[in-house]
Amino acid sequence: MNYKSNSFFEKLFKSTLKIAALIVIGIFILLFYSLVERSIPSLSQNGLEILLGTSWDPNFEIFGGAPAILGTLFSSAIALVFALPISLCIAIFYTEYGPVRLRPFISGVMDLLAAIPSVIYGIWGLWTLSPILKINFQEPIIASIGFIPLFSGPAYGLSIFLASLILTIMITPIISSISIDIFSKTPMPLREGMFALGATKWEVIKNVVFPFAKRGVFAATILGLGRALGETMAVTMVIGNSYIWPFKSISLFSSASTITSKIASEFPESVVNIIHNSSLISLALVLLLISISINFVAEIISKKSAGRLNV
Amino acid sequence: MSENKLKVESLSAWFYEKQVLNQVSLDFPDKKVIAIIGPSGCGKTTFIRCLNRMHELTPGAKVKGRVVLDGKDIYTEMDAMEVRRKIGMVFQKPNPFPNMSIYDNVVAGLKLMGIRDKNLLDKVVESKLREVGLWDEVSDDLKRSGAQLSGGQQQRLCIARALATDPEVLLMDEPTSSLDPSSTAKIESLVRVLKNHATVIIITHNVQQAARVSDYTAFLYLGDLIEFGETKKVFESPKNPLTEKYVTGRFG
Ligand SMILES: Nc1ncnc2c1ncn2[C@@H]1O[C@H](COP(=O)(O)OP(=O)(O)OP(=O)(O)O)[C@@H](O)[C@H]1O
Ligand SMILES: [Mg+2]
Repeated sequence: MNYKSNSFFEKLFKSTLKIAALIVIGIFILLFYSLVERSIPSLSQNGLEILLGTSWDPNFEIFGGAPAILGTLFSSAIALVFALPISLCIAIFYTEYGPVRLRPFISGVMDLLAAIPSVIYGIWGLWTLSPILKINFQEPIIASIGFIPLFSGPAYGLSIFLASLILTIMITPIISSISIDIFSKTPMPLREGMFALGATKWEVIKNVVFPFAKRGVFAATILGLGRALGETMAVTMVIGNSYIWPFKSISLFSSASTITSKIASEFPESVVNIIHNSSLISLALVLLLISISINFVAEIISKKSAGRLNV
Repeated sequence: MSENKLKVESLSAWFYEKQVLNQVSLDFPDKKVIAIIGPSGCGKTTFIRCLNRMHELTPGAKVKGRVVLDGKDIYTEMDAMEVRRKIGMVFQKPNPFPNMSIYDNVVAGLKLMGIRDKNLLDKVVESKLREVGLWDEVSDDLKRSGAQLSGGQQQRLCIARALATDPEVLLMDEPTSSLDPSSTAKIESLVRVLKNHATVIIITHNVQQAARVSDYTAFLYLGDLIEFGETKKVFESPKNPLTEKYVTGRFG
């Protein structure tokens, strides 16, 4: 009798899970379908211009998405390049070198940074960080190595550089707190096995902690990347929303656009022009496809490494 | 009696406030096998972890007293890395590195010492795996992860890993507790061979094993060293009634 009631609840539980999974898949398909449907006017009129075109002028119905797409990919990539090493340093310091007394403080700060709404980061970047960076960082750099196109002037305070920096600050807490978690789960017997061979602390980190944490840190990085790609509010406020980068000016200090900033800043006005509106939706579709393919590739890579390591 | 390799002088150890070793003093003679016996929880593992400075890695750990290796105090005159390179250790539970192949597990210590010579490493891998009786079982695929082996194979791999750097002193914490009788016999004869070039300190729960492999035996009880002497004497004419009870299996 006990067995019977057990299996009843188990069945109920299983079918609830199934229904929940179906609902999620259904919502996703619906969402994907409506994006595609509403992209069609733009795609049928302008074709692949949304991917390849380099200028954007609603008055002449020119809708080239390349600068925004590149802006999204570039600012997120730069944010990762900064955030990953910083996060690893934080995690190593936290779990391996830093005094135990400091731990609640570090994790408190990380949780706090992760909890700040992105509009706050946007305001802070716009009013505080932007002028400081402009005067103390961008201008001196332009003055000294401005002949390199990547660092050429003029110094727009609001720039792809500032957007990347804000994104770095936003995703570092995510990647570092997951990394801290994984680092501190490294089994003590493995650490001790390495220590017993005469390893230094750093050799233990390199030979035991890193290999153990590799897959988890990779997953955390993908999570951070997803956050950076999709971040809208803060980026829209600090990137300057111009369309000169990277085709008219390759400089890091030039203002630019991302997919999300383009959509956020033009969507309200676009409702009067169906092609304009549809072009913005096509950009959204591109962003969705980028996110999906990154997750897909990440899944494959992590499966492969799992197969090789057998852990 | 040969000279003393390792001298322990009134060694005490704590976990936080709890004292688990009380002023243990004893001298380990060079190139002998010394068995450490005693009931569970008496401090055997803690004791040998004080001998290669592993104890200090545990949170709350504290040590007092002196441990002297070849005339040098390992706590004040040597750094921990140097101590651990000279005094190898096999743990109570097998702990092969799961991210490394069998091959890389064996040579992990040599690589830390900067040895990269492929021929030399190959030779060490084969000879050490043969010594622990694992070669025939794994030689066809040395690239497999060390974690894919059975428990007993893992323990023999860990012994090979500890032997690869030719330590002067080898600490073994119940190395055969996860092994079948035939691998146990192999390890026991290995221990007898090892003492030609090293001092072996072996913890065992099996008093017969202590009698079979060791030249000297130390009996620990509740953190105190109750008796230490030649194994023959400890087993045949123990000075302390507690020792007699323990070695004859009438304990508790
Ligand atoms: N990490 C730790 N923190 C606190 N107390 C510990 C820790 N490890 C061991 N102890 C305590 O120290 C005492 C000695 O433990 P130890 O592991 O040295 O015993 P042992 O003789 O090796 O036992 P066994 O034969 O069961 O392995 C025990 O009372 C144990 O509870
Ligand atoms: Mg023990």
